[in-house]
Amino acid sequence: MKYIVAIIQPHKLDEVMKALEEAEVNLLTVSNVLGRGRQKGVTEVYRGAREVGSLLKKVKIEIAVNEDFVEPTINAITTAARTGEIGDGKIFITDLAEVIRIRTGERGGLAIG
Amino acid sequence: MNSGDTAWVLICTALVFLMTVPGLALFYGGLVRRKNVLSILMQCFIIMCVILLQWVLFGYSLAFGPDTGAGIIGGLDWAGLRHVGGPVNADYAATIPHSAFMIFQAMFAVITPALIIGAFAERMKFSSFLVFTVLWATLVYDPLAHWVWGTGGWLRKLGALDFAGGIVVHTSSGISALVMCLLLGRRIGYQNAPFRPHNLPFTVTGGALLWFGWFGFNAGSALAANELAANAFVTTAVATAAAGLTWALIEWQQHGAPTVLGTTTGVVAGLVAVTPACGFVNPMNAIFIGILAALVCYLAVAVVKAKLGYDDALDAFGVHGVGGLWGTLATGLFAETAVNGAGADGLFFGNLHQFLVQVGLVIIVPLFAGVMTWFLFKFVDALMGMRAEKRAEIIGLDLTQQSEAAYTVIE
Repeated sequence: MKYIVAIIQPHKLDEVMKALEEAEVNLLTVSNVLGRGRQKGVTEVYRGAREVGSLLKKVKIEIAVNEDFVEPTINAITTAARTGEIGDGKIFITDLAEVIRIRTGERGGLAIG
Repeated sequence: MNSGDTAWVLICTALVFLMTVPGLALFYGGLVRRKNVLSILMQCFIIMCVILLQWVLFGYSLAFGPDTGAGIIGGLDWAGLRHVGGPVNADYAATIPHSAFMIFQAMFAVITPALIIGAFAERMKFSSFLVFTVLWATLVYDPLAHWVWGTGGWLRKLGALDFAGGIVVHTSSGISALVMCLLLGRRIGYQNAPFRPHNLPFTVTGGALLWFGWFGFNAGSALAANELAANAFVTTAVATAAAGLTWALIEWQQHGAPTVLGTTTGVVAGLVAVTPACGFVNPMNAIFIGILAALVCYLAVAVVKAKLGYDDALDAFGVHGVGGLWGTLATGLFAETAVNGAGADGLFFGNLHQFLVQVGLVIIVPLFAGVMTWFLFKFVDALMGMRAEKRAEIIGLDLTQQSEAAYTVIE
């Protein structure tokens, strides 16, 4: 089992969700986050006071999948989220030790989908 | 007695009420961090409650009551609104009930200390703020209003011109704001971490309500529904428009983008500057006053403050102090009797004397307001401590002074 965390451009969320659905990955958690990468954020100005390096709005997607779904998930996200411009985001993948469905108490691969 | 005039002044009174709550409350509330927004709203609301009562109990009598002899302060003859009721008082407004004039002026007494909130925002202890505000209204605002507007007031006798409160309201509060922020010190983390306004749509809504209410503030100061009120309305509209546009253009040139916060700030700067002049100058000169208001206030807020490093958190001095000083001087330049026969001609209409009177005003009033504020700060600070505790400031004033939170993360 893997835990996939993707940081993407906010306006790409709908396309990514559609691509994931086509790959039969339906379960995900989404949150609004702030961040910056190599583009070093943006500059904001408040009453003449400049603030360089402000954080940009991003969307974080978290998905837990069984091994068979790892590559389809990565493909779906990269294809749908890519604009080719700087700031498209990243995908992080870690091993997942355990999953438990609260309602039934099922564990592991059974609980994940 | 004139029912049209009475209706006009009562409506204007409600418009000026709107300037403090929710106008100023939202304008300032949007500019602070989210952990302090309620403290600002609370300070504005409680000032409305406290000063309205202070005004009818004794404030109005000190400011506008029969002079005690030297032109310094009114007596207590009108305390508790004795002799202040339905019949007109011809010294102040010959066509409306005396009580209508009194309550119109009450709204000015309320908003003036509320403007100072901008300087000490995000770090003041609530209890000390309350005590300071009552003392300031009584010992700074009431005497100043008497000097400039009260029958027998010494600056009024000298011929000082302040149509709607450029010096009495805005300069006095702006200078006091500067003294407060110097004595109180900077907010924790100022100049290290960026302090972003937490809700600019609040600020823009507040700024728009200020502009709307200001038509009552300025045009209502004619105290009658007449030509003078119409002139004040027009000059208020165009000076403000010019100032908002100018600020946006300055930012566009300086930073590559015109910001909505800058435009809103320019609007308020224009409103402040035209306040003393609106009933004495013509609309074309009002446009000029507005353009220059944006220039000088921009310099104060974006250049001087950054250089000197004082933490005028929401720019109460930079906008109200500086704008009020410029407007008071501009009145001495552009006033003309062709607009208002009861006024005077300014320097550009051949009357150097009036300009010198206005110069005197911008020296005397800041001196008085500044020294008194310094004294009141030291007094309240020694009595109960002005500044919120470090921990309270870091957690936020909403939770530590008001025991509530504006926004919840969890349902």
